[in-house]
Amino acid sequence: MAHGPAKGITRWLFTTNHKDIGSMYLWFSFMMFFLGGIFALVIRAELFEPGLQIVEPEFFNQMTTLHGLIMVFGAVMPAFVGLANWMIPMMVGAPDMALPRMNNWSFWILPFAFAMLVSTLFMEGGAPNFGWTFYAPLSTTYAPPSVTFFIFAVHIMGASSIMGAINIIATILNMRAPGMTLMKMPLFVWTWLITAYLLIAVMPVLAGVVTMMLMDIHFGTSFFDAAGGGDPVLFQHVFWFFGHPEVYIMILPAFGIISAIIPTFARKPLFGYASMVYATASIAFLSFIVWAHHMFTVGIPLVGELFFMYATMLIAVPTGVKVFNWITTMFKGSMTFETPMLFSVAFVILFTIGGFSGLMLAIAPADFQYHDTYFVVAHFHYVLVPGAIFSITAAVYYWLPKWCGNMYNELMGKTHFWLAFIGLNLTFFPMHFVGLAGMPRRIPDYALQFADFNMISSCGAFLFGAAQVLFLFNVLRTITVGKKASDEVWENPEGLEWSVPSPAPYHTFSTPPEVR
Amino acid sequence: MYKKAIQQYAWLLGMMVCTLASVALGATDSVERWGLNMTEGVTPLSKEIYGLHMQIFWWCVAIGVVVFGVMFYTMIVHRKENGAKSSNFHESTSLEVAWTVIPFVILIIMAFPATSSLIKIYDTSESELDIVITGYQWKWKYEYLNQGVTFFSNLATPKDEIYNRVAKNPNYLLEVDEPLIIPIHKKVRFLITANDVIHAWWVPDLAVKKDAIPGFINESWAYVEEPGVYRGQCAELCGKDHGFMPIVVKAVPENEYDLWLAEKREVAEKIRALTEKTFTFDELYERGKVVYEKNCVSCHQANGEGVPGVFPAIAGSAIATGVVNNHLEIVVNGSSKNVAMQAFRDQLPEPDIAAVITYQRNAFGNNMGDSLQPIDVLNYKNK
Repeated sequence: MAHGPAKGITRWLFTTNHKDIGSMYLWFSFMMFFLGGIFALVIRAELFEPGLQIVEPEFFNQMTTLHGLIMVFGAVMPAFVGLANWMIPMMVGAPDMALPRMNNWSFWILPFAFAMLVSTLFMEGGAPNFGWTFYAPLSTTYAPPSVTFFIFAVHIMGASSIMGAINIIATILNMRAPGMTLMKMPLFVWTWLITAYLLIAVMPVLAGVVTMMLMDIHFGTSFFDAAGGGDPVLFQHVFWFFGHPEVYIMILPAFGIISAIIPTFARKPLFGYASMVYATASIAFLSFIVWAHHMFTVGIPLVGELFFMYATMLIAVPTGVKVFNWITTMFKGSMTFETPMLFSVAFVILFTIGGFSGLMLAIAPADFQYHDTYFVVAHFHYVLVPGAIFSITAAVYYWLPKWCGNMYNELMGKTHFWLAFIGLNLTFFPMHFVGLAGMPRRIPDYALQFADFNMISSCGAFLFGAAQVLFLFNVLRTITVGKKASDEVWENPEGLEWSVPSPAPYHTFSTPPEVR
Repeated sequence: MYKKAIQQYAWLLGMMVCTLASVALGATDSVERWGLNMTEGVTPLSKEIYGLHMQIFWWCVAIGVVVFGVMFYTMIVHRKENGAKSSNFHESTSLEVAWTVIPFVILIIMAFPATSSLIKIYDTSESELDIVITGYQWKWKYEYLNQGVTFFSNLATPKDEIYNRVAKNPNYLLEVDEPLIIPIHKKVRFLITANDVIHAWWVPDLAVKKDAIPGFINESWAYVEEPGVYRGQCAELCGKDHGFMPIVVKAVPENEYDLWLAEKREVAEKIRALTEKTFTFDELYERGKVVYEKNCVSCHQANGEGVPGVFPAIAGSAIATGVVNNHLEIVVNGSSKNVAMQAFRDQLPEPDIAAVITYQRNAFGNNMGDSLQPIDVLNYKNK
């Protein structure tokens, strides 16, 4: 078996091929996306109208917790790692990832982590019910017994992410084709390089905080228990020191994807490449010094509050630079709007709206009214769904023809886009209103004045969910019976990945390409 | 093909407009629906915060109009199908500098009023009344510092409304048995803490939201200008009934406040006197049923069966059908095994503890036939 893949199940179990592993990551994340989506629909079904109809509060809290954890760690992060696996070696002209065996391992521990996490649903006392932010002491002294399994699951996810990040850094720094200088790398490679550093910096912090929880629960320590000399607020500082860079981990690779797609369909080179790189690095740096803006109401001293407010407001500057660069890339182009471009344009618009509400949330006095309301839910869904999910969707439509050699159905793709776009806005836009009107987040039942907007949100959520079924169908159909795609796929796209045949052969760039 | 797709979108859009319109027309009850914006509130600070909110909002709108304006212009004009030829420019240092500096300046303009408001919010000095607010799973305790008045505030919405067996009243989930009463035109300082997990005390009209953290005391304050009833909710996930621990603040003129305070003290005196009284079994049972439904039912459930794996049953339990002192112990001092079982030592007066234990030992098929008197509880506490 010189060059082809192995046959049968062992191909997937023992593979060290970056394309196979990339596909497995993507399929795994797709499955998790649907599972997390089903949990979200349980939440939206219960919130369709006031009163308790479908689930009890205990189970509702388990749903919000698992929805968050699965979407963040199971859907978004593995999808980006999958895209990195597929695209980074092809983009830098490398034959494979630098550490192929570790690559296999970092994927294959994930299904175990999530099997363990989801199995908590069937344990006595139920699944974790303390929210994806798992604030102590609700997640320690007051947690259901299944919290221990949750902690181990997080440990494994963290190990997987760290290995994935090491692999990506090693690949980018060591395996670039001759002539592929750092400042010639596609932006997707750049954003992932920076993301990988963020991951290595903060995943150990997450592991640390869950380990402290484990100690508090089983070994009698009092890290987070004031009665034993500990501090519940310490938990939040440590968690958000991980948590804030984490949100950039979920958006920086998206910036890279959009920076690849918009130039292709505007038929014009990316505007301000260097400033895009610097802006990404600035965002990554700032992400480490803003964590306490998630904690404006915990009672940090005035000086601390001011520092975190100013630092948070600063993030708007490099983020703005990115948006302006994308729009200037489109300006005076020759644009067409195929499905990847539609998702990318929607990304720019909706992510900017999420940025606006982020700017509002940065204003600490106003945050006293916004904090922990549906306004926050609207904000982070506006940056995560059109941000992470739309960019991943755009990437799949954009590179799928290269991966499988077949073209997707454009009408179905566009229908998917419009249904998702309408569904998303119907779901999340009214949340701004109910949040401002005073609806707290994470409640299974609500006062009557929030009823109408919640009903609209729920309708939108089911529409959005239905749109994703169409997406799955379109992808399956493309792989099985799609029309043959050309090697270039699009009109004159930039990048080494388009210089190989469609579908990309099992091994690419065994001899390094020449980069001018 | 496309024409058909467009027709389908139009149909979908039409359906949505119809739904929206019908929902809007159907909303005729006394609840103020379709609330779109933050409340201005009733304190000088809440109005200032509202002003900040609107200021940053209009900045966002202005930036949005410019950015999306250019974006939509280019998406309409620079299309391949309209014969647009693509240019090749891809760099401009002056543009990059411009769109770095301009947002920066806007941020500085915003930072000034935000800073000044924040300084005012943090100034909790010179208060005229101090109230200690303690979050419990799932109720609030209000203690008027140095006034001798302490009480708990529980959700007052009946289960029947929550489970859709009867129509919901306009204050559904935003009503309590005993509201917090504060005088208007006084600087009231809130000292906020918690007994178990982290809660957050939030009343939008006062623009006060502060986390209630066990082992810590946070400070906040309000100066209410208009009498009225202001409703809020717990704003930090605190477990099962996080959505069911509302806050109601009633702001009244000072003389009315003084009257209320005197009345509260009198009631407390009466309850103290009851400790000496000897109750009949039926009195205890009836009183206990009321206490149970207010304090125990959210975990142990109305039928005493609890929630398997989370909250133990009382029906047929070893404690409720065993030695009475063990029963007293867990109610008075809480459980060391399951932290969700709180210590009711300071939460309930002696007559209520005696009554609820009597009730639990004789309801849900528990037929112990025994009863407790308030004085027994007092003696146990002092032991």
